[in-house]
Amino acid sequence: MPEYLLLLLLVLPFAGSLAIASLLRTAARTLPSWLAGGVALLATILTASYYPSVTNGKVVRYEIAWLPELGLNFTLRLDGFAWLFTMLVTAIGFLVVLYARYYMSAEDPIPRFFSFLLAFMGAMLGVVLSGNIILLSIFWELTSIFSFLLIGYWYHNANARDGARMALTITGIGGFCLLVGFLLIGHIVGSYDLDRVLASGDIIREHPLYLPALVLILIGALTKSAQFPFHFWLPNAMAAPTPVSAYLHSATMVKAGVFLLVRLWPALSGTFEWFWLVGFAGISTLLLGAYFAIFQRDLKGLLAYSTISHLGLITTLLSLGSPLAAVAAIFHMVNHATFKASLFMAAGIIDHETGTRDMQKLSGLFRYLPYTASLAMVACAAMAGVPLLNGFLSKEMFFAEAVETHADSILDQALPYIATLAGAFSVAYSIRFIHTVFFGPPPTDLPKPHPHEPPRWMRFPVESLVFACLIVGIVPGLSIGPFLHTAVLSVLGPETPYYSLAVWHGFNLPLVMSIVAMLGGAALYFALHNYLARCEDGPPIFRHLRGQRIFERILVTVSWKWARWLETNIGTRRLQPQLRIVAVVAFLAAFLPLHLSGFDAKLPPVRGVDPAFVMLWIIGMLSALAAAFLAKYHRFAALLLIGGSGIVTCVTFAWLSAPDLAITQLLVEIVTTVLLLLGLRWLPKRLDKIDESATFSARLRRLRDFAIAVACGVGMSILAYTVMTLPVPDTIANFFLERAYSEGGGRNVVNVILVDFRGFDTMGEIAVLGIVALTVFALLRRFRPATESIGLPEQQRIQNAYDDAQPERNKGDTVRDYLFVPSVVMQWLFPVVITFAIYLFMRGHDLPGGGFAAGITMAIAFLLQYLAGGTRWAEDRLRILPLRWIAFGLLIAAATGAGSWFFGYPFLTSHSQYLTLPLIGKVPTASALLFDLGVFSLVVGATVLILIAIAHQSIRTYRVKAAPKTEDA
Amino acid sequence: MEVLFSLLVGVFFAAAVYLMLSKFLVRILLGVAILGNAVNLLLFTSGRILREVPPVIPAGLDRQVAVTANPLPQALILTAIVISFSFFAFLLVLSYRAFQDLGTDNANDMRVAEPVADSAPPTGY
Repeated sequence: MPEYLLLLLLVLPFAGSLAIASLLRTAARTLPSWLAGGVALLATILTASYYPSVTNGKVVRYEIAWLPELGLNFTLRLDGFAWLFTMLVTAIGFLVVLYARYYMSAEDPIPRFFSFLLAFMGAMLGVVLSGNIILLSIFWELTSIFSFLLIGYWYHNANARDGARMALTITGIGGFCLLVGFLLIGHIVGSYDLDRVLASGDIIREHPLYLPALVLILIGALTKSAQFPFHFWLPNAMAAPTPVSAYLHSATMVKAGVFLLVRLWPALSGTFEWFWLVGFAGISTLLLGAYFAIFQRDLKGLLAYSTISHLGLITTLLSLGSPLAAVAAIFHMVNHATFKASLFMAAGIIDHETGTRDMQKLSGLFRYLPYTASLAMVACAAMAGVPLLNGFLSKEMFFAEAVETHADSILDQALPYIATLAGAFSVAYSIRFIHTVFFGPPPTDLPKPHPHEPPRWMRFPVESLVFACLIVGIVPGLSIGPFLHTAVLSVLGPETPYYSLAVWHGFNLPLVMSIVAMLGGAALYFALHNYLARCEDGPPIFRHLRGQRIFERILVTVSWKWARWLETNIGTRRLQPQLRIVAVVAFLAAFLPLHLSGFDAKLPPVRGVDPAFVMLWIIGMLSALAAAFLAKYHRFAALLLIGGSGIVTCVTFAWLSAPDLAITQLLVEIVTTVLLLLGLRWLPKRLDKIDESATFSARLRRLRDFAIAVACGVGMSILAYTVMTLPVPDTIANFFLERAYSEGGGRNVVNVILVDFRGFDTMGEIAVLGIVALTVFALLRRFRPATESIGLPEQQRIQNAYDDAQPERNKGDTVRDYLFVPSVVMQWLFPVVITFAIYLFMRGHDLPGGGFAAGITMAIAFLLQYLAGGTRWAEDRLRILPLRWIAFGLLIAAATGAGSWFFGYPFLTSHSQYLTLPLIGKVPTASALLFDLGVFSLVVGATVLILIAIAHQSIRTYRVKAAPKTEDA
Repeated sequence: MEVLFSLLVGVFFAAAVYLMLSKFLVRILLGVAILGNAVNLLLFTSGRILREVPPVIPAGLDRQVAVTANPLPQALILTAIVISFSFFAFLLVLSYRAFQDLGTDNANDMRVAEPVADSAPPTGY
């Protein structure tokens, strides 16, 4: 068989799941079941045909490079053990689909059920076939998720939702621990490849990280296999439809945990820690599960606890660390899957026919369901370990191993007695299942009074599984023998022990234990018979110790009480404290590393002082401080002072060798100020009257804010000073200085960096600018100011009042004449500013200037017209269409970038040469110039759009309220 | 020089942080405006401060030979200026809309999404 078909095997269920999911809800239930059954059958056949490739320890591997840099490959790996398990998953999956076809009622959304079931099958196959432990943990999580969806299939039922959530929480936490454990293993081994991990057992066991890795992996495996103390989710998962319980909670998903223990058995087992951790969990689960199972009233509850107990048996076997025990464990996994799946199906039939699973109501059903009853009895006998059935064989092997001494400890010495006791319990609950349900007087109060045998093909899955139990039990060597040997060989390799699958081993100690367990179990059941017929649900003492209750308490405490406590004590919903926290945390984040690295904050010497700079910077500091001081009541003054600090920044740039920055800063400062002026027109004033400084707490708060601000300022000063006094490292700046002209074709290095070396950044940046402009436009487009701010500004009211008072003046004259001379100058400046913008643009590549600066200059040209003549006047004469400027800019920038593809270069590769134009002379024509044109156009469009959007607010107001004459704002 | 320059940066930052810790939108806006300058000046320090040597390759040469200012921080600051401008414009318009829709410019009173009398989420299952 070719290896790549493994991929098909894995993909097939997922593809089937998708196909079924795409069927409509209303689709008949036949089509989804046929599809699901077909997929499962095909997968089974595919698996079966791989058998010759895995015998004698051969391994099929299929590998696709996934993240080779991280040593992660998508590896599928099929060996004998995986084959056996794959066979279980696919074959029982097929039987479950067949069963579910008859079990699900017409009201249930059938496609959803089969879709999830197939997806689960795919996830399970993924777990089994993964040849990479990271891949395995991904599929592991997928099984948790699909199990959640399947348990919660009847989501209208609260029990189903709770059970599903609990299963997901427990197995999800386990899955997370498993992933961390796998990462540790990967760290120890140096590879995530399963074969490498399995071959590195000695390295792993001697590594100091062995114990944490082991504990984490065990948490993953034990939660999945519902081992004590994580067992309580499984009985709650019984709210799922019975086919799901039969598939997930007997044959496959819960087996994933023990599957993993077997899989990693060569790498992890054989240590003292392994024996105690796994053994303790296994033995307590074995005993407690069997004991709890006796006292369940719900048929499925009994089966669930019995499953827990049997999984405990397998875990116990694996804890022993002997190869023979591992053989018994693998054998019992298969046996348990067959008899437990058939029992679940039988329980489902009983539920389906009678409407209840309560064993105190069920009675004497043999007369109605003789055929089903006989099948269930055989399966129950297998569960109890009756000779000539498969359960007997693996149980005998378990007893034999229990008698052997492995680690000579109390646990080990007690094991034979515990095993016999658990065996007796198991006999007791098996008898209870059969005796109460099928024998005794006819039932009296069934929800469905006339039970009868199920359809032919609903019984077929049960029949086949029970038949398997019989065949394996009677002729083990001929039926399961070779397959088991293949599986064992692939796990144990050369350590594979001699074992015999014969039914009769002579009259030995295990047989005595079996007989004692049989008799003891029967005696126990008949002693408890009357009590069980009336008792409450659950075992006598432990009834009140509900795992579910404890789990929910913990969940509520962690997810609600603690979260609330944290929120009320250290959280806030208010913006101001949040900003304060951000400021303080930022300060600490910068301060702590400095402090820890032993930074010495001594005052540096003052040297090389230029009086011009001293003046400039003192002015800057004073304006910033004054702005902060005045911002409360005198926002206009604060605005001017902020402009002052901006100018200081601008001059600083100019003097400190950054002409480009100075130009851009100056222009942006102008636009920002205009924006703020426009904005302040519409934002509320704050008056001196509302004086809150009187209260002590307000004072305190201001003091605290001041302290935080000073701390941040001092910190930043120190940071800036430290940076400036450090020697200049060898940066990539030299690269730019050397290549700017030879490769970028420009003399202005800053501009070449922007439009060439880091053109992609610039592209993103102009996109941001365009998005902001569009957002502003969208926010304000259909928006009118609130009525309270519609009134004219105070200044205009005074001017209008003056006009009214003078008989020779019309109202609005003063407003129109206001700043008359400057506005004429501004109007005439329009062509000059545009010429300047073009000049800045053209020289940008060689001298300070460029697309940004030119764009903002151009925007200012438009802005001046608005200022000079008012919105109406300007728009009567100019059609600016800023949206088109934005679109044109982005398109041109992107097209220039994409243009280099046509010449076989990467995006935004630029080309430059000098072109000689008549009259003007040599002009640099780099393709970067075209890109810069896009930048220019977009900046013009975006800036103008933002300003116009705000300016239009005033028109809207006046159109509603005031006379058209005073429209000019 | 360096001392004074770093003092300037510190004062800008202090003023910006103080304004931003206010609960009134206008002051937060003014704080953001100063913060932009403060951050740009701080970034500028990473190129060190050198006088009158702009990173422009003189005509006739095909590479810069003399010591020049570091062009990389300048290019980054140029981007930062434009981005902080657009950020500021957005914030301004957002504050304006928030003021009009919510009727207040006090950030503590803007509680449409999280009303003060919010009922507690369920306490158990």
